[in-house]
Amino acid sequence: MEGAFILEKLILVVVVFTVTLVIAMYSTLAERKIAGFMQDRYGPDRAGIFGILQPLCDGGKFFFKEEIIPAGAHKTLFILGPVIAIITACISSAVIPWGQDLVINGRTVSLQVADVNIGVLYVFGVIALGVYGIMLGGWASNNKFSLMGAIRAASQSISYEIGMGLSLIALLMVTETLQLGEIVAQQSGFVNWNIWVQPLGFLIFITCAFAECNRVPFDLPECETELVGGYHTEYSSMKLGLYMFSEYINMFVSSALMATLYFGGYNFPFMYDLGLSQNWITIIGVLVFFLKIFGFIFFFMWIRWTLPRFRYDQLMNLGWKILIPLAIANIVLTGVITLIKDTYFQ
Amino acid sequence: MQSLTNRKKVIEQKPMNIWERMYLPAIAKGLAITIRHFFKKIPTVKYPEEIRPYSKNFRGQHSLKRDEQGRERCTACGLCALSCPAEAITMTAVERQRGEEHLYREEKYAAVYEINMLRCIFCGLCEEACPKEAIYLDGPHVTAEFLRKDFIYGKDKLVEPKFDITKLNVNG
Repeated sequence: MEGAFILEKLILVVVVFTVTLVIAMYSTLAERKIAGFMQDRYGPDRAGIFGILQPLCDGGKFFFKEEIIPAGAHKTLFILGPVIAIITACISSAVIPWGQDLVINGRTVSLQVADVNIGVLYVFGVIALGVYGIMLGGWASNNKFSLMGAIRAASQSISYEIGMGLSLIALLMVTETLQLGEIVAQQSGFVNWNIWVQPLGFLIFITCAFAECNRVPFDLPECETELVGGYHTEYSSMKLGLYMFSEYINMFVSSALMATLYFGGYNFPFMYDLGLSQNWITIIGVLVFFLKIFGFIFFFMWIRWTLPRFRYDQLMNLGWKILIPLAIANIVLTGVITLIKDTYFQ
Repeated sequence: MQSLTNRKKVIEQKPMNIWERMYLPAIAKGLAITIRHFFKKIPTVKYPEEIRPYSKNFRGQHSLKRDEQGRERCTACGLCALSCPAEAITMTAVERQRGEEHLYREEKYAAVYEINMLRCIFCGLCEEACPKEAIYLDGPHVTAEFLRKDFIYGKDKLVEPKFDITKLNVNG
């Protein structure tokens, strides 16, 4: 491997990491602003113009809070919990293609940290690991509320991962590859987006994504009304901050994933008809991709301030009795349609 | 039971049909409601920057008035204290000395005049009782304090500052 390649990847990693963190930071503000507007009030607007400095103030406050480790807690695991949560949240963005190739001085620079050929599997593996952070933290707290939250998180993520995986199988039958870069490249323009061929799959996927991110209406692991603070009841200071941060990073990554898999990633309508050079297409593509991501993040928050929380048995009913059968039906349907198309319309 | 009015509506609870059981239409309806609120005008008044207009007869902090020559009008008759239902007003009356005619209008004045703002209910009866038109509740809100003793307002806070009558805008 040449030095320039390593340097280029390193810069990309740093940029992606920074962007992820900044977006997660401002998601906290956006969440409160959107909540405010939906409830006919302003939300935080005192720190800087439009409350633009609010995330910095919140972060600073987190750092100066007292760090409490309960006497009965398992100290190592208690500290390990938020660490795992934030690390898994951060590394899952590694395979997401942020844009097409840039050409700088005759050198092609890929805007994807790693185009592994099992990209989708990698993301799912990492997301599945994310629940360990919550489980370990909840169990190590030695508090019944935390434990309840952790148990709920574990069972919820197991149930919804099946639905999510099954909905993706139908998608993979269409794309015939697990490589995220390739999946996006197939969806160039507007009519080739996977949402048009897999609307049901997308519906199942987005529902499961809400559950995987522990967002309302599936936020049972933290469920303030029943479990005090859920799995992070005993956490304080920046450890709590890391948990909250990882939640927002997860939201960002799953938004990016949904945009990549179903909404054409960096592709935008008429991208090759406007006579733009390759670099311009790439730059606009990156912006369009982030626009899509922000759209999804907004949708996450919009749902949060609209729907009430599911009851636990309703959550399990929805997961096992509705989403999984639907996802299987979707696979069969996709198979049949593909077969008919290949036999009669080829 | 026979109903008293004919406004009663009997609600029938039918089992949900497949369309309703999918929840999606209901979710879409809910999302439409929240997004409508998102673009609504926000009724919040940003308080320190914007202040809502007060009513003309708003009763706020008391002020002890002066006459045209800048002399205190209060003669310490005690009618305000007597009329006060909350017993918030106390005063000490003192006879005016020779040479103090430019300070006090009447022959007797209040050397100490205290209102306990924690007791005061801002009813305005002192205003009505005063024969000398010396006390009015025309000030702003009484501000918060840390200590109870700071709520007992003396003459330093109550007597209005001296002003020049010739420069006063009569119409304003």
